[in-house]
Amino acid sequence: MPWITACSTDDIETEDLMRFDHAGRSFAIYRSPDDEFFCTDGHCTHERVHLADGLVMDYVVECPKHNGQFDYRTGEAVRAPVCVNLATFQTRVEDGQVQIFIP
Amino acid sequence: MARTNRDYALLGRDARLAEEIGLVSAAWYHTEIPRKLMKDLMQRGDLPAIRDTIILFATMIGSAAAGIWLWPSWWSAPFWAIYGVLYASAMDSRWHECGHGTAFRTRWMNDALYQIACFCMLRNPVVWRWSHARHHTDTIIVGHDPEIIAMRPAVVARLILNFFGLFELWGNGKATLQLIFGHMPETTCSFVPASEQPKAFRIARIWGLIYLSTAALAVWLGSILPFMVIGMPILFGSWHMVMTGYMQHLGLAENVLDHRLNSRTVYINPVSRFIYWNMNYHVEHHMFPMVPYHALPRLHALIRHDLPPAHPSILSAYAEIIPTLARQFRNPDWFVKRQLPATAKPYRPEFHGDLEPGQPTPGIGGYPLPHAAE
Ligand code: FES
Repeated sequence: MPWITACSTDDIETEDLMRFDHAGRSFAIYRSPDDEFFCTDGHCTHERVHLADGLVMDYVVECPKHNGQFDYRTGEAVRAPVCVNLATFQTRVEDGQVQIFIP
Repeated sequence: MARTNRDYALLGRDARLAEEIGLVSAAWYHTEIPRKLMKDLMQRGDLPAIRDTIILFATMIGSAAAGIWLWPSWWSAPFWAIYGVLYASAMDSRWHECGHGTAFRTRWMNDALYQIACFCMLRNPVVWRWSHARHHTDTIIVGHDPEIIAMRPAVVARLILNFFGLFELWGNGKATLQLIFGHMPETTCSFVPASEQPKAFRIARIWGLIYLSTAALAVWLGSILPFMVIGMPILFGSWHMVMTGYMQHLGLAENVLDHRLNSRTVYINPVSRFIYWNMNYHVEHHMFPMVPYHALPRLHALIRHDLPPAHPSILSAYAEIIPTLARQFRNPDWFVKRQLPATAKPYRPEFHGDLEPGQPTPGIGGYPLPHAAE
């Protein structure tokens, strides 16, 4: 069953993110300024630092270690020192629950 | 005679040792702050930095104009003194804050001020962004932090000459020349990804053209005046950057994973705070590099219960630094271990050994490996 329930929509504030761990992997779930939900790999691609303590600004997440930035909708690395894009995962909301698709 | 057993080279012996005992890219101590509060502290804004940048550029333009107008009279000297400090010290803190991307909320504003500040400081914007990232990953880890400014024992002549910007100008000038000719030293390549290198070369070449034009103007005018505006302020304006920079880590611990042990917070006067853009809250900055400069006093108030007491003045910081550097000539393992208040969480020996002043430092060649970091 590749759709996994990660959290409820109320668990994340607008323009924020939270960590979600599942089956030995770690993800970051985002709630955008328009209350859409997105999911990326949990760790920065520069060093192995979790993005959960980072800052969401509009559609960008900033890594807490060296302020590298990613567009969390596409995973694109948009500001040094990150150069490698983040993996992204599909999300959907069912009955107030945020689900992510883990292939 | 001092034991000079430390190897600060970036690819050297102690770099390998630190890695072996888990000091590299490690998890560091953080004071706990509720997420909501942290989010609020991290919020970016444009207004504080726009205000400060207008004041900075207006003062620079005014002082340079007065300096040029009164040139070559000695009456121009005070104006050059002001211009120099803004050019070579205030621009250092702008380089730093914009490098973190925390000065403005708007990205292009950050990037624009970053490029100007890098030019003034003659620091390649690509190379220095990456070197500073390394300084944050491995703060004062011997062999990994490229920004350690005083070795143990210190080279006193160098520390003094730094006040006159000599090494800054020589080192950065030489590095810029190398980049112009498409060469990046191996140690620099260790922290700058290959994909970023062409950008570093391109910017160095643009700067080369600007310096060539300045030289042509100087020859045409038969005067060094153009270099008083570009380049030479590094020689007469770096002293403030050096004075505040020495307070950041000098005399404190090496090879630890707790910024409370290797960084120093000092209360300083408002003019210096403007020039230094609040980096006197240095423990706070290292613990939470995402908090913009204008929110650091607020962060300090929130976490000071968990930090060693801040120094009340620049003089107080130097009263700690100078005797410590002197003592390191006899014992390079000497450092100041600042006492934490009763409200603070204790230092964590399980992360970097129970490091005591004068005792062998883990990760330095010739010493046994610490069992604590296994
Ligand atoms: S670890 Fe994320 S930017 Fe460096």
